[in-house]
Amino acid sequence: MAENLIKPENLVYEKTNAMTDRVLHYCPGCGHGTAHRMLAEAIEELEIQGETIGIAPVGCSVLAYYYFDVDMTEAAHGRAPAVATGIKRVMPEKYVFTYQGDGDLAAIGTAETIHACNRGENFLIVFINNGIYGMTGGQMAPTTLENMKSTTSPRGRDIKTMGSPLKISELVAELPGTYYVARHSVHTPANVRKTKRAFKKAFQYQKDNKGTCLIEVVSNCPSNWKMTPVESNKWMEENMFPYYPLGDIKVPQ
Amino acid sequence: MAKKGDVVIQIEKCKGCEICLASCPQSVLGMSDKVNSKGFKYAVKVNSACTGCANCAVICPDAAITVYREK
Ligand SMILES: Cc1ncc(C[n+]2csc(CCOP(=O)(O)OP(=O)(O)O)c2C)c(N)n1
Ligand code: SF4
Ligand code: SF4
Repeated sequence: MAENLIKPENLVYEKTNAMTDRVLHYCPGCGHGTAHRMLAEAIEELEIQGETIGIAPVGCSVLAYYYFDVDMTEAAHGRAPAVATGIKRVMPEKYVFTYQGDGDLAAIGTAETIHACNRGENFLIVFINNGIYGMTGGQMAPTTLENMKSTTSPRGRDIKTMGSPLKISELVAELPGTYYVARHSVHTPANVRKTKRAFKKAFQYQKDNKGTCLIEVVSNCPSNWKMTPVESNKWMEENMFPYYPLGDIKVPQ
Repeated sequence: MAKKGDVVIQIEKCKGCEICLASCPQSVLGMSDKVNSKGFKYAVKVNSACTGCANCAVICPDAAITVYREK
């Protein structure tokens, strides 16, 4: 290249300061890292980094507190919405979010999720739905698709004996306590940008005390889906999106 | 004419997932022959057609890419 463009005045994109410089422990191509970064960018752009408190789950994102440069704590498996309830009630002026996988939020933590949403607790729930238990080696989650193989559904999920994949977002959207519920993804640049806009909206509603906001991110797990990252994103489009369609589920009236 | 851009890829952060390759509208990115200290092949520039659109950096799960664009 004739001219050197690499100088500060030409900078158009770099890692947000709301994330630390630690190397993420996630597998190559895992959507957790991208979802973290969009949440962090939303926090930085709204200038609420010093007033935000996050709650990490149990699951692959158990170490999320290493990566967000905001105050964070860790909850027992599935209990993040209960911990968030306590934090937000004691410090209502803070921006509070939970970050949870589908095993954490939709299996062991179903009660906490539903009751926090039903009470209309004023925080953001970020729900990463990759249809599987990633951390523990690929067991079936409530969100695992019909016929999808996992270590505990080796012949594929059988609806008759294992129930239907649980649509948590549609379920909590029925509750009067939720204010904004949407489903996004982080598998293309356009979708990544939309996800950030949804996070920003949710934090803005939180400022106005509107009730619970839940943003689901349909994500991949290349390691346990046993695919390359690029294949996993394609598989997600073809198999996850028909059952978990992207878009707004509940928007302010 | 489209503006010119350039990217800096942090080799040690890259895990070789290849998601950025598919996201670049200009096909600027390819994979290295060498590996980094963790044993991953990493993304490299294979031509100078970059327009600085930042798609690759936005999609990178590991925030390994920084993007520059002429003013
Ligand atoms: C009380 C308790 N029960 C079970 C476990 C084992 N466990 C750890 S992570 C996990 C599920 C994680 O899946 P998910 O929430 O979908 O997150 P992912 O790893 O896919 O991001 C389970 C069952 C635990 N740590 N604690
Ligand atoms: S096991 Fe799956 S969800 Fe966990 S870091 Fe690896 S790819 Fe991501
Ligand atoms: S900034 Fe855009 S054009 Fe340049 S390498 Fe990245 S995706 Fe390609």
